[in-house]
Amino acid sequence: MLGDFAAMRQSIFDGAPESAASLAKQALVAGVPPLEAIDQGFAPGMADVGEQYAQHNMFLPDMLASAEAMKAAMSVLEPELKRHGEQRATAGTVVLGTTKGDIHEIGKTLVGTLLTANGFKVHDLGVDVASEEFAAKARELKADIVGVSALLTTTMRGQKAVVEALERAGLRSSVKVIVGGAPVTRRWAEEIGADGYAKDAVSAVTLVKDLLEHRFALDSR
Amino acid sequence: MRPKLELLDRDLLARILDEAFEILEVIGTKVGAPEALDLLASAGARIEGGVARLPEALVRRTLQSVPHEFFLYDRTGQPTVHYGGDDVHFDPGSSCLNILDGETGQPRPAMTADLVRMVQVTEMLPQYAAQATALVCNDVPSEMGDWYRLLLVLWYSDKPIVTGAFSVPTLRTMFDLLAADSGGMAVLQEKPRAIFDVCPSPPLNWSAFASQNMIELARAGVPAEIVSMPLAGATAPVTLAGAVVQHAAECLAGICIHQLAKAGAPVVWGGAPAIFDMSTGNTPMGAIETAMLDMGCAQVGKSLGLPTHGYLVASDARQIDAQAGLESGSSALLGALAGINMISGAGMLDFLACHSIEKLVIDADAIAGAQRLIGGIEPRSEKLALDMFTQTGIHGDFLKLKETRALFRKEQHFPSAVIDRSGDSNVSGILTRARQRADELVAGYQRPAISPEVETALVTVALRQAKASGLDSLPGIELPAVVSR
Ligand code: B12
Repeated sequence: MLGDFAAMRQSIFDGAPESAASLAKQALVAGVPPLEAIDQGFAPGMADVGEQYAQHNMFLPDMLASAEAMKAAMSVLEPELKRHGEQRATAGTVVLGTTKGDIHEIGKTLVGTLLTANGFKVHDLGVDVASEEFAAKARELKADIVGVSALLTTTMRGQKAVVEALERAGLRSSVKVIVGGAPVTRRWAEEIGADGYAKDAVSAVTLVKDLLEHRFALDSR
Repeated sequence: MRPKLELLDRDLLARILDEAFEILEVIGTKVGAPEALDLLASAGARIEGGVARLPEALVRRTLQSVPHEFFLYDRTGQPTVHYGGDDVHFDPGSSCLNILDGETGQPRPAMTADLVRMVQVTEMLPQYAAQATALVCNDVPSEMGDWYRLLLVLWYSDKPIVTGAFSVPTLRTMFDLLAADSGGMAVLQEKPRAIFDVCPSPPLNWSAFASQNMIELARAGVPAEIVSMPLAGATAPVTLAGAVVQHAAECLAGICIHQLAKAGAPVVWGGAPAIFDMSTGNTPMGAIETAMLDMGCAQVGKSLGLPTHGYLVASDARQIDAQAGLESGSSALLGALAGINMISGAGMLDFLACHSIEKLVIDADAIAGAQRLIGGIEPRSEKLALDMFTQTGIHGDFLKLKETRALFRKEQHFPSAVIDRSGDSNVSGILTRARQRADELVAGYQRPAISPEVETALVTVALRQAKASGLDSLPGIELPAVVSR
């Protein structure tokens, strides 16, 4: 065996970015194809964490540490992937933010973290974000998904404004809009013409996966 | 002896304050409102990229001018809420979007009719010293959501009010309503009927809205209640001690801005701290650690001689069940034992996302219990028991004693019918009992006598604002004949 897949998996499980990165480097030196290191080594570690989280054996700080370790491994492997001309099946790009006038960020950030941990490229615009900013960033990054969070009844309308801004920018057909936040309901999502609603971060990941249908290589173990 | 519970020893308390001052001096606080930055800069703070670093001497100086006590007044001008010392008051939780429907037992968006009913029930329950602008009504345009709550409370209640604004322009509308209610801004300043909650964003961020809000309140002479809410482990250090430090730093920074805007304006050291649930990412208000945070934060405020506030008596249960009872009951006790001046949160469920009139009624009995507890065990008579035994002898029948009759009302609190002591095996469930009690309270409620001048003044302010939102009626309010639309 060329690469120590078990150790790679463990490094993610342990949330150890240094050892994840050094195992990734060792794998490359040993001639392991980067895609194989991801699929057979690191990604299964992330899946283990997800499973343990669902069973309440691991918690959010563990999940975040594992996401960091995953990032460390990927930053070593990704340039090699590109050099090999190999294409990772893209999970998709998500632009995320909280509506204008609203500074609640915890829920939105959590959604971003779990999406990142599941292999999506997430660009977090932060809080108090104007609808045009969502549209501009979506255009710039060719985003697949725009996620809009709102925690106040007064700022929920900002979610509708994002849908409209994307329409004005001519991006509406290429971008799916998802919404969330405590006062937001599925009915509201339908009313404003959004493509999806999720009640929490875990279901947000499922939602995004469903919306994009094709699955990320990381997840195809 | 008045029982009191403190969680911080002297050494820890001193370390908490030292670090809070140090954080403000070294790390600083974000401040959003340009006017607040200007005030801080001219007082000697170092401003860099929207972050203000506050010298300890400056913060200590502004602390000097904070009143150590003040009152909120009811409609008749009586001082019924005392912010200061170890006095304890309760009010319902604030600005909730949803209400647990009394009929279906399911959450649904709250409407003006729900707020009116809740205000009526709160008015009738002596355990609530103040009203809260408890619900955001979904049947009025959302941009008028904050001031409309206040209008309804003013219309249906005599009690003092714990409220808050969602934006600076609507804050001014709320001042107009309060001034209309009091008979002018000068009367409002002299005898404030309402206090405004203002939330810094954890960690260490006095956003443009929050910092401007503090300035406006100070200048208007309307009391401000800082509601700092470190979420331990997410937006604050995970340790309870660390989160209390952050709470102190946020409060101190808020007080600094507030007192620089107007020295001597009333302000409260308050908060809604919570732990962050590492499994769900929720912010459990009913957790024991959340209550511990409230107690610790209040103790720090008290050590500075300041009036205090906390957020307790709320539960994370989604239904009115045993979880709701144990979380709300135990935190009511702890808040009272900590001597927190205003304890907000009664009636609330589901991480503050759902309100319930039935729960508010049940919580009133938990609060009554807490109030009884801090009444303590008193001697009441020179001989504690001996004289009574002398009268009855060893086989004594105490029920007949005149002392029994004279003292039992002082010694025992009589809960409402919500608390079942009937011993009757056919008694209905607590939800039914609470619903019945709410119905009885509403049936006994009478709208306060509000002078036609005040009614007209209130409605004039409200209609002006409502029209701007395209509404030409005021849901939940029967317009007085004198007012032409
Ligand atoms: C923490 C908090 C704050 C903190 C925010 C800190 C921060 N850095 O984010 C502070 C103190 C700053 C704050 C301020 C205010 N708050 Co606040 N706050 C809350 C509180 C208690 C918890 C929110 C939270 O973080 N929950 C934890 C996270 C994990 O849950 P979440 O946000 O719901 O997110 C999850 C899902 O909703 C979903 N999700 C979220 N976003 C998205 C996006 C997408 C795309 C998807 C798919 C899913 C999704 O997934 C998330 C993860 O599971 C809520 C009460 C509540 N139960 O919601 C009130 C609450 C939202 N606040 C409220 C209010 C009134 C305010 C203030 C106006 C108070 C004031 N008078 O100043 C200000 C508003 C300032 C502003 N302009 O935004 C009210 C809103 C009432 C209303 N009618 O709109 C609430 C409901 C509390 C209450 N009952 O009073 N608040």
